[in-house]
Amino acid sequence: MTRFNAWNVIKNGFLKNPKWDRQWRDPEPKKEYDIIIVGAGLHGLATAFYLAKNHNIKNVAVVEKGWLGGGNAGRNTTIIRSNYMMPGNREFYEHSLKLWENLSHELNYNVMFSQRSHVNLFHSPGARDSNARRYNTMLLHGSDAEFWSLEKLKKNIPHLNYGPNSRFPIMGAAVQKRAGTARHDAVAWGYARATDKYGIDIIQNCEVLGFNRIDSNIKSLITSKGEIKCKKVGFAVAGNTSRLWKMTGLNSLPIESHKLQAFVSEPLKPLLDQVVVFGVGGAHFYISQSDKGGMVFGGDIDWYKSYAQKGNLPIVQDVSEAAMSVMPCLGRVRLLRHWSGIMDMSMDGSFFICKTPIDNLYLNAGWNYGGFKTSPASGWYFADLIANNRPDKIIENHDLKRFEKGINIDERGAGPDPKLHG
Amino acid sequence: MIRIKCPFCGERDHSEFTYGGDGSIKYPELDASIKEWVQAIFFRENICGMQVETWHHSSGCRMWLKVERDTLTHEIKSVEAAHDGLAKLLRRKQ
Repeated sequence: MTRFNAWNVIKNGFLKNPKWDRQWRDPEPKKEYDIIIVGAGLHGLATAFYLAKNHNIKNVAVVEKGWLGGGNAGRNTTIIRSNYMMPGNREFYEHSLKLWENLSHELNYNVMFSQRSHVNLFHSPGARDSNARRYNTMLLHGSDAEFWSLEKLKKNIPHLNYGPNSRFPIMGAAVQKRAGTARHDAVAWGYARATDKYGIDIIQNCEVLGFNRIDSNIKSLITSKGEIKCKKVGFAVAGNTSRLWKMTGLNSLPIESHKLQAFVSEPLKPLLDQVVVFGVGGAHFYISQSDKGGMVFGGDIDWYKSYAQKGNLPIVQDVSEAAMSVMPCLGRVRLLRHWSGIMDMSMDGSFFICKTPIDNLYLNAGWNYGGFKTSPASGWYFADLIANNRPDKIIENHDLKRFEKGINIDERGAGPDPKLHG
Repeated sequence: MIRIKCPFCGERDHSEFTYGGDGSIKYPELDASIKEWVQAIFFRENICGMQVETWHHSSGCRMWLKVERDTLTHEIKSVEAAHDGLAKLLRRKQ
Protein backbone atom coordinates (compact mmCIF):
# COMPACT_ATOMS: atom_id res chain seq x y z
CA MET A 1 0.00 0.00 0.00
CA THR A 2 1.28 3.47 -0.82
CA ARG A 3 2.47 5.31 2.23
CA PHE A 4 1.11 8.79 2.70
CA ASN A 5 3.96 11.31 2.69
CA ALA A 6 4.73 14.61 1.05
CA TRP A 7 6.75 12.99 -1.75
CA ASN A 8 3.95 10.58 -2.70
CA VAL A 9 1.31 13.28 -2.58
CA ILE A 10 3.33 15.57 -4.87
CA LYS A 11 4.33 12.74 -7.24
CA ASN A 12 0.77 11.46 -7.58
CA GLY A 13 -0.48 15.00 -7.91
CA PHE A 14 1.71 15.52 -10.99
CA LEU A 15 0.57 12.19 -12.45
CA LYS A 16 -3.10 13.17 -11.84
CA ASN A 17 -3.55 10.60 -9.06
CA PRO A 18 -3.95 7.33 -10.97
CA LYS A 19 -1.91 5.21 -8.61
CA TRP A 20 -3.46 5.27 -5.16
CA ASP A 21 -4.32 1.77 -3.96
CA ARG A 22 -7.47 0.67 -2.16
CA GLN A 23 -7.11 1.75 1.47
CA TRP A 24 -8.15 -1.64 2.83
CA ARG A 25 -9.25 -4.96 1.38
CA ASP A 26 -12.79 -6.33 1.47
CA PRO A 27 -12.00 -9.99 2.18
CA GLU A 28 -14.23 -13.02 2.60
CA PRO A 29 -13.81 -14.75 5.96
CA LYS A 30 -11.26 -17.55 6.33
CA LYS A 31 -12.33 -20.80 8.03
CA GLU A 32 -10.50 -20.08 11.28
CA TYR A 33 -8.81 -17.25 13.16
CA ASP A 34 -6.86 -17.02 16.39
CA ILE A 35 -8.93 -14.06 17.52
CA ILE A 36 -12.21 -12.63 16.23
CA ILE A 37 -13.25 -9.16 17.30
CA VAL A 38 -16.96 -8.49 16.88
CA GLY A 39 -17.63 -4.89 15.86
CA ALA A 40 -15.57 -2.79 13.44
CA GLY A 41 -16.14 0.47 15.23
CA LEU A 42 -13.28 2.50 16.61
CA HIS A 43 -12.75 0.23 19.62
CA GLY A 44 -12.82 -3.00 17.61
CA LEU A 45 -10.48 -1.67 14.93
CA ALA A 46 -8.11 -0.19 17.51
CA THR A 47 -8.06 -3.54 19.34
CA ALA A 48 -7.11 -5.40 16.16
CA PHE A 49 -4.45 -2.78 15.39
CA TYR A 50 -2.79 -3.08 18.82
CA LEU A 51 -3.06 -6.89 18.76
CA ALA A 52 -0.85 -6.80 15.68
CA LYS A 53 1.36 -3.88 16.66
CA ASN A 54 1.96 -4.54 20.38
CA HIS A 55 1.51 -8.30 20.56
CA ASN A 56 2.39 -9.49 17.06
CA ILE A 57 -0.88 -11.43 16.74
CA LYS A 58 -2.03 -11.14 13.13
CA ASN A 59 -4.34 -14.07 12.46
CA VAL A 60 -7.24 -11.87 13.49
CA ALA A 61 -10.59 -10.92 11.97
CA VAL A 62 -12.86 -8.01 12.77
CA VAL A 63 -16.46 -8.82 11.83
CA GLU A 64 -19.02 -6.06 11.39
CA LYS A 65 -22.74 -6.34 10.70
CA GLY A 66 -22.88 -3.06 8.76
CA TRP A 67 -20.04 -1.04 7.37
CA LEU A 68 -17.02 -0.01 9.38
CA GLY A 69 -17.46 3.15 11.34
CA GLY A 70 -21.21 3.16 10.65
CA GLY A 71 -22.30 2.96 14.27
CA ASN A 72 -21.26 5.26 17.07
CA ALA A 73 -17.93 6.00 15.33
CA GLY A 74 -19.94 8.21 13.02
CA ARG A 75 -22.46 9.41 15.60
CA ASN A 76 -20.48 11.39 18.15
CA THR A 77 -19.36 14.94 18.79
CA THR A 78 -15.64 14.04 18.45
CA ILE A 79 -14.53 15.49 21.79
CA ILE A 80 -11.29 14.22 23.31
CA ARG A 81 -10.32 14.99 26.92
CA SER A 82 -8.93 13.29 30.00
CA ASN A 83 -10.54 15.19 32.88
CA TYR A 84 -11.32 12.12 34.97
CA MET A 85 -10.67 11.73 38.66
CA MET A 86 -11.41 8.21 39.89
CA PRO A 87 -8.52 5.74 40.28
CA GLY A 88 -8.26 3.62 37.14
CA ASN A 89 -10.18 6.09 35.02
CA ARG A 90 -7.69 8.95 35.33
CA GLU A 91 -4.69 6.86 34.26
CA PHE A 92 -6.67 5.21 31.48
CA TYR A 93 -8.05 8.40 29.94
CA GLU A 94 -4.71 10.17 30.23
CA HIS A 95 -3.04 7.28 28.43
CA SER A 96 -5.67 7.60 25.73
CA LEU A 97 -4.95 11.32 25.31
CA LYS A 98 -1.23 10.56 25.01
CA LEU A 99 -1.97 7.99 22.30
CA TRP A 100 -4.10 10.57 20.45
CA GLU A 101 -1.16 12.97 20.46
CA ASN A 102 0.82 10.63 18.22
CA LEU A 103 -2.02 8.81 16.47
CA SER A 104 -1.71 10.43 13.03
CA HIS A 105 1.95 9.37 12.86
CA GLU A 106 1.27 5.94 14.27
CA LEU A 107 -1.42 5.24 11.69
CA ASN A 108 0.21 7.22 8.84
CA TYR A 109 -3.21 8.81 8.46
CA ASN A 110 -4.23 12.34 9.35
CA VAL A 111 -6.92 12.01 12.02
CA MET A 112 -7.01 15.81 12.27
CA PHE A 113 -6.45 15.76 16.03
CA SER A 114 -6.73 19.34 17.15
CA GLN A 115 -5.71 20.20 20.73
CA ARG A 116 -7.86 23.27 20.94
CA SER A 117 -8.69 23.25 24.71
CA HIS A 118 -11.69 21.87 26.53
CA VAL A 119 -13.37 24.68 28.44
CA ASN A 120 -15.64 23.52 31.23
CA LEU A 121 -17.74 26.48 32.40
CA PHE A 122 -18.81 26.79 36.01
CA HIS A 123 -21.58 28.90 37.42
CA SER A 124 -21.50 28.54 41.20
CA PRO A 125 -18.95 28.37 44.01
CA GLY A 126 -19.90 24.71 44.52
CA ALA A 127 -19.20 23.84 40.88
CA ARG A 128 -15.94 25.80 41.05
CA ASP A 129 -14.78 23.86 44.10
CA SER A 130 -15.68 20.47 42.69
CA ASN A 131 -13.89 21.38 39.45
CA ALA A 132 -10.87 22.54 41.43
CA ARG A 133 -10.75 19.17 43.16
CA ARG A 134 -11.06 17.27 39.87
CA TYR A 135 -8.53 19.38 37.96
CA ASN A 136 -6.04 19.30 40.84
CA THR A 137 -6.31 15.52 40.88
CA MET A 138 -5.53 15.57 37.17
CA LEU A 139 -2.46 17.75 37.75
CA LEU A 140 -1.22 15.42 40.49
CA HIS A 141 -1.44 12.52 38.06
CA GLY A 142 0.59 14.14 35.33
CA SER A 143 -2.17 15.54 33.16
CA ASP A 144 -2.62 19.23 32.40
CA ALA A 145 -5.25 21.49 33.88
CA GLU A 146 -5.79 25.16 34.53
CA PHE A 147 -8.40 27.58 35.81
CA TRP A 148 -9.53 30.56 33.80
CA SER A 149 -10.87 33.61 35.59
CA LEU A 150 -13.88 35.39 34.17
CA GLU A 151 -11.57 38.04 32.67
CA LYS A 152 -9.43 35.49 30.90
CA LEU A 153 -12.47 33.60 29.70
CA LYS A 154 -14.00 36.79 28.29
CA LYS A 155 -10.77 37.56 26.48
CA ASN A 156 -10.47 34.10 24.94
CA ILE A 157 -14.13 33.45 24.12
CA PRO A 158 -15.81 36.85 23.91
CA HIS A 159 -19.17 35.73 22.58
CA LEU A 160 -20.47 33.54 25.38
CA ASN A 161 -23.45 34.83 27.31
CA TYR A 162 -21.89 37.00 30.04
CA GLY A 163 -24.96 39.20 30.22
CA PRO A 164 -26.53 40.26 33.51
CA ASN A 165 -29.76 38.52 32.58
CA SER A 166 -28.33 35.06 32.03
CA ARG A 167 -30.09 32.44 34.12
CA PHE A 168 -26.76 30.95 35.27
CA PRO A 169 -24.07 33.67 35.20
CA ILE A 170 -20.67 32.31 34.19
CA MET A 171 -18.03 32.53 36.96
CA GLY A 172 -15.06 31.05 35.17
CA ALA A 173 -13.87 27.82 33.61
CA ALA A 174 -11.78 24.74 34.27
CA VAL A 175 -9.68 24.12 31.20
CA GLN A 176 -7.68 21.26 29.79
CA LYS A 177 -5.54 22.66 27.00
CA ARG A 178 -4.31 19.37 25.56
CA ALA A 179 -7.89 18.28 25.01
CA GLY A 180 -9.72 18.92 21.75
CA THR A 181 -11.33 17.16 18.83
CA ALA A 182 -10.47 14.81 15.96
CA ARG A 183 -12.13 13.87 12.69
CA HIS A 184 -14.17 10.82 13.67
CA ASP A 185 -14.40 9.17 10.23
CA ALA A 186 -10.68 9.62 9.67
CA VAL A 187 -10.02 7.72 12.90
CA ALA A 188 -12.08 4.75 11.67
CA TRP A 189 -10.46 4.86 8.24
CA GLY A 190 -6.99 5.33 9.67
CA TYR A 191 -7.32 2.37 12.03
CA ALA A 192 -8.88 0.22 9.28
CA ARG A 193 -6.07 1.02 6.86
CA ALA A 194 -3.31 0.47 9.41
CA THR A 195 -4.94 -2.75 10.66
CA ASP A 196 -5.46 -4.11 7.16
CA LYS A 197 -1.79 -3.49 6.43
CA TYR A 198 -0.90 -6.13 9.05
CA GLY A 199 -2.97 -8.65 7.08
CA ILE A 200 -5.88 -8.57 9.52
CA ASP A 201 -9.24 -9.23 7.82
CA ILE A 202 -11.93 -6.60 8.30
CA ILE A 203 -15.13 -8.35 7.23
CA GLN A 204 -18.05 -6.00 6.67
CA ASN A 205 -21.71 -6.96 6.20
CA CYS A 206 -21.04 -10.01 8.35
CA GLU A 207 -23.60 -10.16 11.14
CA VAL A 208 -23.11 -12.51 14.07
CA LEU A 209 -26.22 -14.68 14.37
CA GLY A 210 -25.13 -17.08 17.07
CA PHE A 211 -22.34 -18.91 18.80
CA ASN A 212 -21.28 -22.51 18.87
CA ARG A 213 -20.45 -22.87 22.55
CA ILE A 214 -19.24 -26.03 24.22
CA ASP A 215 -19.13 -25.76 28.01
CA SER A 216 -17.14 -22.67 28.81
CA ASN A 217 -15.62 -22.20 25.37
CA ILE A 218 -16.83 -20.56 22.20
CA LYS A 219 -15.73 -22.80 19.33
CA SER A 220 -17.09 -20.80 16.44
CA LEU A 221 -19.26 -17.87 15.39
CA ILE A 222 -22.31 -18.41 13.21
CA THR A 223 -22.44 -15.40 10.92
CA SER A 224 -24.34 -14.26 7.85
CA LYS A 225 -21.21 -15.24 5.91
CA GLY A 226 -21.05 -18.75 7.36
CA GLU A 227 -19.40 -20.38 10.34
CA ILE A 228 -16.02 -19.01 11.43
CA LYS A 229 -13.90 -20.93 13.95
CA CYS A 230 -11.89 -19.07 16.52
CA LYS A 231 -9.68 -19.53 19.56
CA LYS A 232 -10.67 -16.30 21.29
CA VAL A 233 -13.52 -13.80 20.85
CA GLY A 234 -13.69 -10.15 21.84
CA PHE A 235 -16.88 -8.07 21.90
CA ALA A 236 -16.64 -4.38 21.07
CA VAL A 237 -20.22 -3.63 20.08
CA ALA A 238 -21.32 -0.84 22.39
CA GLY A 239 -25.06 -0.29 22.21
CA ASN A 240 -25.77 -3.90 21.29
CA THR A 241 -23.63 -5.59 23.94
CA SER A 242 -26.60 -7.11 25.77
CA ARG A 243 -28.03 -8.65 22.59
CA LEU A 244 -24.76 -10.34 21.68
CA TRP A 245 -24.18 -11.34 25.30
CA LYS A 246 -27.47 -13.23 25.36
CA MET A 247 -26.62 -15.03 22.12
CA THR A 248 -23.72 -16.69 23.97
CA GLY A 249 -26.16 -18.06 26.55
CA LEU A 250 -25.21 -15.63 29.32
CA ASN A 251 -27.84 -13.68 31.26
CA SER A 252 -27.77 -10.05 32.22
CA LEU A 253 -25.24 -7.22 32.29
CA PRO A 254 -24.92 -4.01 34.34
CA ILE A 255 -25.81 -2.10 31.17
CA GLU A 256 -28.85 -0.41 29.65
CA SER A 257 -28.99 0.81 26.04
CA HIS A 258 -29.94 4.46 25.70
CA LYS A 259 -29.78 6.81 22.77
CA LEU A 260 -27.85 10.02 22.50
CA GLN A 261 -28.41 12.68 19.88
CA ALA A 262 -25.86 14.96 18.28
CA PHE A 263 -26.34 17.96 16.06
CA VAL A 264 -24.50 19.91 13.40
CA SER A 265 -25.40 23.34 12.08
CA GLU A 266 -24.88 24.86 8.65
CA PRO A 267 -21.21 25.83 8.11
CA LEU A 268 -20.18 29.18 9.55
CA LYS A 269 -17.02 31.28 9.36
CA PRO A 270 -14.60 30.61 12.25
CA LEU A 271 -16.52 31.35 15.43
CA LEU A 272 -15.36 29.06 18.21
CA ASP A 273 -11.74 27.96 18.72
CA GLN A 274 -12.35 25.69 21.73
CA VAL A 275 -14.64 22.95 22.95
CA VAL A 276 -17.07 24.62 25.36
CA VAL A 277 -19.05 22.64 27.92
CA PHE A 278 -21.97 23.86 29.98
CA GLY A 279 -23.58 21.83 32.72
CA VAL A 280 -25.95 23.07 35.38
CA GLY A 281 -28.48 20.93 37.16
CA GLY A 282 -30.61 19.31 34.47
CA ALA A 283 -28.96 21.09 31.54
CA HIS A 284 -25.99 19.68 29.70
CA PHE A 285 -24.46 21.08 26.54
CA TYR A 286 -21.17 20.80 24.67
CA ILE A 287 -20.14 22.52 21.45
CA SER A 288 -17.22 22.86 19.09
CA GLN A 289 -16.76 23.94 15.50
CA SER A 290 -15.70 21.46 12.84
CA ASP A 291 -13.04 22.26 10.26
CA LYS A 292 -15.82 22.56 7.69
CA GLY A 293 -17.39 25.28 9.84
CA GLY A 294 -20.40 23.39 11.19
CA MET A 295 -21.17 23.87 14.88
CA VAL A 296 -21.11 20.35 16.33
CA PHE A 297 -23.03 20.04 19.57
CA GLY A 298 -24.99 17.77 21.84
CA GLY A 299 -26.55 17.39 25.26
CA ASP A 300 -28.12 14.72 27.39
CA ILE A 301 -29.35 11.27 26.40
CA ASP A 302 -33.03 10.78 25.57
CA TRP A 303 -33.89 9.71 29.15
CA TYR A 304 -35.53 6.40 28.33
CA LYS A 305 -34.09 3.08 27.27
CA SER A 306 -34.10 2.53 23.54
CA TYR A 307 -32.50 0.59 20.70
CA ALA A 308 -33.94 2.92 18.02
CA GLN A 309 -31.23 4.91 16.31
CA LYS A 310 -33.47 7.93 16.09
CA GLY A 311 -33.84 10.75 18.57
CA ASN A 312 -36.85 12.50 20.02
CA LEU A 313 -37.88 16.13 19.69
CA PRO A 314 -38.02 17.20 23.38
CA ILE A 315 -34.24 16.74 23.53
CA VAL A 316 -33.83 18.82 20.36
CA GLN A 317 -35.66 21.56 22.23
CA ASP A 318 -33.65 21.10 25.45
CA VAL A 319 -30.34 21.23 23.60
CA SER A 320 -31.41 24.27 21.55
CA GLU A 321 -32.42 26.06 24.74
CA ALA A 322 -29.05 25.29 26.30
CA ALA A 323 -27.31 26.50 23.12
CA MET A 324 -29.21 29.78 23.30
CA SER A 325 -28.41 30.29 26.96
CA VAL A 326 -24.66 29.76 26.44
CA MET A 327 -24.13 31.23 22.97
CA PRO A 328 -27.08 33.48 22.07
CA CYS A 329 -25.29 34.41 18.82
CA LEU A 330 -26.36 30.99 17.48
CA GLY A 331 -30.01 32.05 17.54
CA ARG A 332 -30.49 32.34 13.80
CA VAL A 333 -28.15 29.54 12.77
CA ARG A 334 -29.97 26.71 11.05
CA LEU A 335 -29.62 23.09 12.03
CA LEU A 336 -28.22 21.02 9.19
CA ARG A 337 -28.45 17.47 10.52
CA HIS A 338 -29.04 15.59 13.72
CA TRP A 339 -28.65 11.93 14.45
CA SER A 340 -28.71 9.44 17.27
CA GLY A 341 -26.60 6.52 18.42
CA ILE A 342 -27.13 3.74 20.96
CA MET A 343 -24.98 3.94 24.08
CA ASP A 344 -24.12 1.25 26.59
CA MET A 345 -25.05 3.14 29.74
CA SER A 346 -23.45 1.27 32.62
CA MET A 347 -24.62 1.17 36.22
CA ASP A 348 -21.82 3.38 37.57
CA GLY A 349 -20.93 5.33 34.44
CA SER A 350 -17.65 3.50 33.89
CA PHE A 351 -16.62 1.00 31.27
CA PHE A 352 -15.82 -2.73 31.22
CA ILE A 353 -12.68 -4.23 29.71
CA CYS A 354 -12.66 -7.64 31.30
CA LYS A 355 -12.82 -11.40 31.20
CA THR A 356 -16.24 -13.06 31.25
CA PRO A 357 -17.79 -16.27 32.61
CA ILE A 358 -16.87 -17.85 29.25
CA ASP A 359 -13.15 -18.75 29.21
CA ASN A 360 -12.28 -17.47 25.74
CA LEU A 361 -14.68 -14.53 25.57
CA TYR A 362 -13.53 -10.99 26.43
CA LEU A 363 -15.75 -7.99 26.93
CA ASN A 364 -15.23 -4.35 25.94
CA ALA A 365 -18.41 -2.42 26.74
CA GLY A 366 -20.22 0.14 28.87
CA TRP A 367 -18.70 3.33 27.44
CA ASN A 368 -21.72 5.48 28.29
CA TYR A 369 -21.37 8.49 26.07
CA GLY A 370 -17.64 8.93 26.35
CA GLY A 371 -16.41 6.20 24.05
CA PHE A 372 -14.94 8.20 21.19
CA LYS A 373 -12.03 9.72 23.09
CA THR A 374 -11.04 6.41 24.60
CA SER A 375 -10.76 4.49 21.34
CA PRO A 376 -6.95 4.26 21.32
CA ALA A 377 -6.59 3.26 24.98
CA SER A 378 -9.60 0.95 24.76
CA GLY A 379 -7.95 -0.89 21.88
CA TRP A 380 -4.60 -0.85 23.67
CA TYR A 381 -5.85 -2.42 26.93
CA PHE A 382 -8.38 -4.74 25.31
CA ALA A 383 -5.66 -6.13 23.03
CA ASP A 384 -3.43 -6.52 26.09
CA LEU A 385 -6.20 -8.37 27.95
CA ILE A 386 -6.94 -10.74 25.06
CA ALA A 387 -3.27 -11.43 24.27
CA ASN A 388 -2.18 -12.03 27.87
CA ASN A 389 -5.43 -13.33 29.33
CA ARG A 390 -5.20 -10.96 32.31
CA PRO A 391 -6.18 -7.32 32.74
CA ASP A 392 -3.54 -4.63 33.08
CA LYS A 393 -3.26 -3.20 36.61
CA ILE A 394 -4.82 0.10 35.54
CA ILE A 395 -8.09 -1.53 34.53
CA GLU A 396 -8.19 -4.42 36.99
CA ASN A 397 -11.34 -3.02 38.63
CA HIS A 398 -13.14 -2.34 35.36
CA ASP A 399 -14.76 -5.76 35.44
CA LEU A 400 -18.26 -7.16 35.94
CA LYS A 401 -17.51 -8.14 39.53
CA ARG A 402 -16.80 -4.63 40.82
CA PHE A 403 -20.38 -4.14 42.02
CA GLU A 404 -20.19 -7.28 44.10
CA LYS A 405 -16.93 -6.05 45.60
CA GLY A 406 -18.35 -2.60 46.29
CA ILE A 407 -15.85 -0.87 43.99
CA ASN A 408 -18.23 1.24 41.93
CA ILE A 409 -16.30 3.65 39.71
CA ASP A 410 -18.88 6.42 39.72
CA GLU A 411 -17.33 9.72 38.51
CA ARG A 412 -20.59 11.58 38.91
CA GLY A 413 -21.75 9.99 42.13
CA ALA A 414 -25.12 9.42 40.52
CA GLY A 415 -25.81 5.92 41.85
CA PRO A 416 -26.98 2.78 40.09
CA ASP A 417 -29.24 4.38 37.48
CA PRO A 418 -27.78 4.15 33.96
CA LYS A 419 -29.63 7.14 32.54
CA LEU A 420 -28.00 9.50 35.04
CA HIS A 421 -24.38 8.88 34.01
CA GLY A 422 -22.86 10.98 31.30
CA MET B 1 -42.59 11.96 20.97
CA ILE B 2 -44.01 8.91 22.69
CA ARG B 3 -47.63 9.28 23.84
CA ILE B 4 -48.45 7.51 27.08
CA LYS B 5 -52.04 6.80 28.12
CA CYS B 6 -51.95 7.56 31.81
CA PRO B 7 -54.82 5.64 33.46
CA PHE B 8 -55.49 8.68 35.67
CA CYS B 9 -54.95 11.65 33.31
CA GLY B 10 -55.43 10.31 29.79
CA GLU B 11 -53.05 10.37 26.85
CA ARG B 12 -50.06 12.69 27.35
CA ASP B 13 -46.63 13.45 25.82
CA HIS B 14 -43.80 11.43 27.30
CA SER B 15 -42.05 14.67 28.23
CA GLU B 16 -44.52 14.93 31.11
CA PHE B 17 -43.12 11.70 32.49
CA THR B 18 -39.83 10.62 34.06
CA TYR B 19 -38.43 7.29 33.05
CA GLY B 20 -37.99 4.89 35.93
CA GLY B 21 -36.38 1.79 34.51
CA ASP B 22 -36.84 -1.94 34.16
CA GLY B 23 -40.20 -2.77 35.77
CA SER B 24 -39.59 -6.48 36.06
CA ILE B 25 -37.06 -6.14 38.88
CA LYS B 26 -38.14 -7.78 42.11
CA TYR B 27 -36.08 -6.89 45.15
CA PRO B 28 -35.09 -9.88 47.28
CA GLU B 29 -35.73 -10.25 50.99
CA LEU B 30 -33.70 -7.93 53.21
CA ASP B 31 -31.55 -10.76 54.54
CA ALA B 32 -30.90 -12.25 51.09
CA SER B 33 -27.30 -12.81 50.01
CA ILE B 34 -25.17 -10.00 48.57
CA LYS B 35 -25.16 -11.81 45.21
CA GLU B 36 -28.94 -11.62 44.99
CA TRP B 37 -28.97 -7.93 45.90
CA VAL B 38 -26.19 -7.14 43.42
CA GLN B 39 -28.16 -8.93 40.73
CA ALA B 40 -31.34 -6.96 41.50
CA ILE B 41 -29.69 -3.55 41.77
CA PHE B 42 -27.00 -3.63 39.11
CA PHE B 43 -27.88 -6.24 36.47
CA ARG B 44 -30.43 -5.78 33.69
CA GLU B 45 -31.86 -7.93 30.93
CA ASN B 46 -31.71 -4.85 28.65
CA ILE B 47 -34.28 -6.30 26.27
CA CYS B 48 -34.47 -5.20 22.65
CA GLY B 49 -38.21 -5.53 22.08
CA MET B 50 -41.24 -5.52 24.36
CA GLN B 51 -40.33 -4.91 28.00
CA VAL B 52 -42.06 -3.92 31.21
CA GLU B 53 -40.83 -0.64 32.63
CA THR B 54 -41.81 2.03 35.12
CA TRP B 55 -42.61 5.64 34.30
CA HIS B 56 -43.43 8.41 36.79
CA HIS B 57 -46.02 10.97 35.72
CA SER B 58 -43.88 13.66 37.36
CA SER B 59 -45.51 16.64 35.65
CA GLY B 60 -49.00 15.20 35.96
CA CYS B 61 -50.71 13.09 38.60
CA ARG B 62 -47.32 12.01 40.02
CA MET B 63 -48.37 8.36 39.95
CA TRP B 64 -45.93 5.59 39.10
CA LEU B 65 -47.01 3.58 36.07
CA LYS B 66 -46.11 0.19 34.72
CA VAL B 67 -45.75 0.39 30.94
CA GLU B 68 -45.22 -2.37 28.38
CA ARG B 69 -43.17 -0.73 25.63
CA ASP B 70 -41.14 -1.93 22.65
CA THR B 71 -37.62 -0.59 23.09
CA LEU B 72 -36.93 -0.77 19.35
CA THR B 73 -40.12 0.76 17.90
CA HIS B 74 -41.33 2.65 21.01
CA GLU B 75 -44.80 1.15 20.50
CA ILE B 76 -46.74 0.96 23.77
CA LYS B 77 -48.79 -2.15 24.44
CA SER B 78 -50.26 -1.41 27.85
CA VAL B 79 -50.17 1.12 30.67
CA GLU B 80 -51.41 0.57 34.19
CA ALA B 81 -50.81 1.84 37.70
CA ALA B 82 -47.61 0.42 39.17
CA HIS B 83 -49.36 -0.18 42.48
CA ASP B 84 -50.99 -3.61 42.16
CA GLY B 85 -54.02 -2.75 44.28
CA LEU B 86 -54.79 0.41 42.30
CA ALA B 87 -54.29 -1.41 39.02
CA LYS B 88 -56.75 -4.10 40.10
CA LEU B 89 -59.30 -1.50 41.21
CA LEU B 90 -59.06 0.36 37.90
CA ARG B 91 -59.41 -2.87 35.96
CA ARG B 92 -62.55 -3.77 37.91
CA LYS B 93 -64.03 -0.31 37.22
CA GLN B 94 -63.57 -0.82 33.49
